[in-house]
Amino acid sequence: MITIKGLKKSFNELEVLKGIDLEIDKGKVVIIIGPSGSGKTTFLRCLNVLETPTEGSISIGGQEMDFTKKVSPAALSAFRRHTGMVFQSYNLFPHMAALENVMEGPVTVKKEPKEKVREKAEYYLEKVGLSDKKDYYPFQLSGGQQQRVGIARALAMEPDVMLFDEPTSALDPELVREVLNVMKDLANEGMTMVVVTHEMRFAQEAADEVIFIDGGVIVERGNPQDLFNNPQMDRTKSFLRKIQ
Amino acid sequence: MYLNNILADPERMARLVEIAQNSLLPLIQGAIFYTIPLTLISFVFGIGLAILTALARISDVKFLRAVARVYVSAIRGTPLLVQLFILFYGLPTIGIVLDPWPSAIIGFSLNVGAYASEIIRAAILSIPKGQWEAGYSIGMNNRQVLKRIIFPQATRVSIPPLSNTFISLVKDTSLASMILLTEMFRRAQEIATTNYEFLLLYTEAALIYWVICFLLSIAQGRIENRLDRYVSR
Ligand SMILES: Nc1ncnc2c1ncn2[C@@H]1O[C@H](COP(=O)(O)OP(=O)(O)OP(=O)(O)O)[C@@H](O)[C@H]1O
Ligand SMILES: [Mg+2]
Repeated sequence: MITIKGLKKSFNELEVLKGIDLEIDKGKVVIIIGPSGSGKTTFLRCLNVLETPTEGSISIGGQEMDFTKKVSPAALSAFRRHTGMVFQSYNLFPHMAALENVMEGPVTVKKEPKEKVREKAEYYLEKVGLSDKKDYYPFQLSGGQQQRVGIARALAMEPDVMLFDEPTSALDPELVREVLNVMKDLANEGMTMVVVTHEMRFAQEAADEVIFIDGGVIVERGNPQDLFNNPQMDRTKSFLRKIQ
Repeated sequence: MYLNNILADPERMARLVEIAQNSLLPLIQGAIFYTIPLTLISFVFGIGLAILTALARISDVKFLRAVARVYVSAIRGTPLLVQLFILFYGLPTIGIVLDPWPSAIIGFSLNVGAYASEIIRAAILSIPKGQWEAGYSIGMNNRQVLKRIIFPQATRVSIPPLSNTFISLVKDTSLASMILLTEMFRRAQEIATTNYEFLLLYTEAALIYWVICFLLSIAQGRIENRLDRYVSR
């Protein structure tokens, strides 16, 4: 489903990603952990090219992007449609009601007929438990509700892979669970997911694989039980000690 | 003094009332057939120009940015009256003869274009980067993000300052009297030169400008309320 080869990203002089190789199979849930500033967000943003990698290639859902060459805007837009992104700060469109937020992609980008899209958007809002809030503007929703609309908006584009960047870290503790539950349902339904999170319980419950990134490289990877309970590398051990 | 003299002189009082009554119609006609259309047409062209200029200023193309910057700087750095004189009295020297109407429309549109472009540019830049990224993440291209996500939000931000530009424009159109356009203020001047009641006629014109601007500020409030429906207050 996803193949990443030799991925590097620099901001001016600062090399943030120093060569990442990774394969993710269809239907797998991969959790990325690592210290602040280790490049987790940058990595995720490279996967849907919100950041253009400096080197390397990414293939998702059968489309390959080689970043050693120049990428055309059309190829870029097409490539982004393989992934759905859920942002830490939700980034809902404030001038659109919840349902309109979810409909926006299919109507504007895919040019699907509005009536069909409305049904689809209602289906996805129901999936995230917000049928009764479809006419609410973002400012009328709680953080957890906004984030669930954000998930529905991404799902409505029917991406091959869902990307989550610390989707619950801006939320009050009592709202975290409702978002994680939606994500767990998605995982159980076989959605391929790449999730940056510090929610260890969620990682234990939902992840097929946990990847520990530090200093712009993958330090260690494994299934959650092994990696959390029996880490091999010193850097992983000291990081896990700090967060537990 | 002046007022006392008038009040003590019923004949002069009657004459002033008569002049005021007789001049009201031509002044209002000047407003309806000149001031208001000139304002509206110049504003529409000006906003179009301002959007293009704002987009040029934030584009990746260095040449476009430079052209836009020079245009804005030149218009903002020179008096509007001088610009109108160049268009109407200056250009004929090199064989370009423009009537008062086109001169005025070009002059005021260029002016609005420059000032409003700064407002629109600032409004676009005030929309958080996350809004662009959210648009890109659902597969939108630049044009779609601008049209569907950024412009609707930037409009809300820019309505109050653009209303100020509009109201200034209403008043600035009085400068068109200097290039022979018989708009409201020129009519007031013409009538005053026949009866020498300068204070009366200029005050009358001022009151009509005030009424127009007052009505506009009410309209502005309504539009702002409408656009604020999606933000918490
Ligand atoms: N647009 C940018 N320009 C310059 N430097 C950047 C930019 N984005 C990120 N960086 C730098 O890249 C490094 C990695 O940042 P990144 O946001 O990917 O870390 P992270 O692992 O997500 O951290 P956190 O856990 O705090 O979210 C940091 O040193 C950061 O300052
Ligand atoms: Mg981050």
